[in-house]
Amino acid sequence: MKNYLNHETTIWSWLSTKDHKRIGVMFLVSVTLFLLVGGVFALILRLEHLTPDSTIVSANMYNQLFTLHGVVMVWLFLIPAIPTGFGNFFLPIMLGAKDVAFPRLNLATLYIFWVGAIVMIYGILDRAADTGWTFYPPYSSVTYTKAGPVLLGVFILGWSTIITGVNFITTIHTLRAKGMRFMDMPLFAWALYGVSVIQILGTPVLGIVLLMVVMDHNFDWGLFDPARGGDPLIYQHIFWFYSHPAVYIMILPPMGVVSEIVSTMAHKNPLSYKAIAYSTFGIAFAGFLTWGHHMFTSGMSEFNAGIFGILSMTVAVFSAIKVFTWTGTLYKGSVWLRTPLLYIFAFLFLFIFGGMTGVAVAATSLDIHWHDTYFVVAHFHFIMVGASLTAFLAALYYWWPKITGRMYFEGWGVAGAVLVFLGFVGTFFPQFLLGNGGMPRRYYHYSEEFQALNVLSTAGSWVLGLGLLLVLVTLIWSLFTGEKAPANPWNSRSYEWMTPSPPPKENFFETPRIQRGPYDYHLPLERR
Amino acid sequence: MNDFLRRLLYLPEQASSVAGEIDTLHFFVIGITMMGATGVFVAAVWWSVRYRARTLDELATTPRVQAGLAVEGGLLAFLIVLFIVFWVVGFTQFLRIRVPPKDAMVVYVTGKQWMWKFAYPEGKQTINTLVVPAERDVHLVMTSRDVIHSFYVPAFRIKQDVLPGRYYSMWFRAVRPGTYRIFCAEYCGLMHSAMLGDVVALDPDDFQLWLEGEPLESFVDLPPGPDRGGVVTQLGPDLADYPRGIPEASPPRSMADHGREVAALKGCLACHTLDGQPHIGPTWRNLWYRETTLDDGRVVIADEAYLTRSMMDPMLELVQGYAPVMPTYQGLLDPAEVGAILELIRTLSEPLPTPARSPEPLVRPPLAPGTLDRVDPARALEFIRETSERTAP
Repeated sequence: MKNYLNHETTIWSWLSTKDHKRIGVMFLVSVTLFLLVGGVFALILRLEHLTPDSTIVSANMYNQLFTLHGVVMVWLFLIPAIPTGFGNFFLPIMLGAKDVAFPRLNLATLYIFWVGAIVMIYGILDRAADTGWTFYPPYSSVTYTKAGPVLLGVFILGWSTIITGVNFITTIHTLRAKGMRFMDMPLFAWALYGVSVIQILGTPVLGIVLLMVVMDHNFDWGLFDPARGGDPLIYQHIFWFYSHPAVYIMILPPMGVVSEIVSTMAHKNPLSYKAIAYSTFGIAFAGFLTWGHHMFTSGMSEFNAGIFGILSMTVAVFSAIKVFTWTGTLYKGSVWLRTPLLYIFAFLFLFIFGGMTGVAVAATSLDIHWHDTYFVVAHFHFIMVGASLTAFLAALYYWWPKITGRMYFEGWGVAGAVLVFLGFVGTFFPQFLLGNGGMPRRYYHYSEEFQALNVLSTAGSWVLGLGLLLVLVTLIWSLFTGEKAPANPWNSRSYEWMTPSPPPKENFFETPRIQRGPYDYHLPLERR
Repeated sequence: MNDFLRRLLYLPEQASSVAGEIDTLHFFVIGITMMGATGVFVAAVWWSVRYRARTLDELATTPRVQAGLAVEGGLLAFLIVLFIVFWVVGFTQFLRIRVPPKDAMVVYVTGKQWMWKFAYPEGKQTINTLVVPAERDVHLVMTSRDVIHSFYVPAFRIKQDVLPGRYYSMWFRAVRPGTYRIFCAEYCGLMHSAMLGDVVALDPDDFQLWLEGEPLESFVDLPPGPDRGGVVTQLGPDLADYPRGIPEASPPRSMADHGREVAALKGCLACHTLDGQPHIGPTWRNLWYRETTLDDGRVVIADEAYLTRSMMDPMLELVQGYAPVMPTYQGLLDPAEVGAILELIRTLSEPLPTPARSPEPLVRPPLAPGTLDRVDPARALEFIRETSERTAP
């Protein structure tokens, strides 16, 4: 049977495709590639910390590596991973559409992404930036390393993000199948809607401020140079105005994934559909009002710090609504306990622990001790990376049969999930303690009393790396030897499972008509 | 219990007056975090196992349930109350940590790549070693000379970023004599991780002796600096051994005297008097921490922050009753000079034994406003002598 993979097989047919599924697959391959690159940087960084002094790289290279690790992971993996990969692939199918609203623009986002990535790679190969992914001036204005290409690369990637956002919002508004009201959409679509709003509103601000740094760094404009009337603090405000909401760009799509998988695997409707859908917008809105909590020690008035502290906690309230709803959905379900659900367990632990330590740092007095220490490093890795990465892997296993038409290997899937979770906790839990002990982040040297925990963290990073490698190898292996996947291996009620695996080029053989909701588990599954 | 939890969580010793209460909040918050994350995780796993289906065919339809508003609302109300408690306790502590007590001893701090410089009002200067008396409030007035640094003493649970072009205040009280590590916590370039220092808290009597010239080594053994051998940099000679504890050759005069000279040479005294007489600008006598009414009606405290802002951007917060004639000193004063002027103003707030009053203004402006940056140094020095004679007790 012809499907989107085999109806045409030339390389040109991929490069020139306007099919959202092929674009999604190419994005998945791209971001996985960059996950590997960023992961290798991370492994080198951890290896360097086996000993308090120099281990394998120079101080200068260490500074470049943590910058590149951050830049690559944030802009080439975490931000694009789920929206551009799974979002592109599944949003139109979930809505019962043939494609996104602007298929050509959709292809353009892929090319823009790669142009941005290549500009950035050029910067990496030629005297890579050593500013940290936050590019704080005045240091970023005066560093002798090449910050310019990396900054420009991020600027270009921003366009890809913005266009994807516009495309998704238009698609959701105009291309829902006949009979599908907003409140009938799968929750993943709501998550993509929320994230698109943030992408459109936040990304231009980042673009502007990064260009200002380019002007300072490459052309010596002195925009952030206090000796010429500039103010480095302004940079921090503008940067975090985007980069804090960027955390929600990274976490809202994973939340959508979790909503889908929990409901399918528990075989039960979400405990409250509306709570999940509305809290998405609560997070998107409140997320824009919390940026100051990155700056409690950089010189803001006590009054402002207090306001930003309490506003930051509102995000945790909306997130807690989601957590309760997901967990409650499992209660008295009919649970299909498979690999994707294991990753959801990991997600829940990492997300709550990461999120609650976020509430802890929003209690202003504690942040003074923790700010810019390994505690913060552990906190944001738990919530941004732990939650996003586990949800990404959950989505990969959950939708693998639909995307590739093959089943993954259950045993290897479980082994990978256990290794990734243990590796992750092993890597980052010791870092909470390091931060408590007072080890500042971005430190090439550290005092000897920190060595034991650093060794533990490095050992954890090997387990995590091994787990991810196992996932990658076994998934690729399953492409060739995995069982053929049925259309609906999970007995899900969600719409993407109503079409064959893999889907045909036009997504459906007949125009879909919506007769029941995506979470109607009180109805028996219609047999086809 | 406190000590057990502190060790369990790997927190450093509690060496400042605020560390204990911050740690208490820390234990409380982290305890709840651990319980919350583990609790939800266990619930999710338990329900999944308890209600699992063994085969695909066993997957049953489930009744449609909707969360009761009471359950969700109750959980949320609990969380909101919990978060507000965190915030109220945290923010009260935050205010206490951030607002320096009035009678604290002042030390001026400058961060630069990659060292900390400390200047004492009495004129002593040190690098990377901040010597303070124990059991006394110490108020640091801080800035950076180049990029952003952050002054962090884990044992005190305090941290303050310093940005160039801005002045910051922080304070602490060391509860017992000892040596406590200073880290730079904001990434500042190649040797960021070697920008270390120590706070040496001395017995107050020893501190007085140290101020009077006794070497530091006679009170404490400084811990050895970290080994920085083998660091390869691309920036020329390695900064292998960071200097520590060696007081720079102390200048023969106090910071206030330095401030007096700067004020004269940069033309400040053309408009500001030191003896309490209003002139083109407000007098500096008794200005330190005085409530001052601005021309837009606001009342501000003339603290370091306000005074520094007024030097850099004089038109922004003009004192009521004075003409907007002061030029900006942005880029004309280096951090040490600003610190010296602040210290001069601070010393001028101590009451004079005999108030010297004069029927007419003591000081005539040597130059017309607007040409203040072209002060003749010779004339200015004469000016210092004149003013210091008149204000001498």
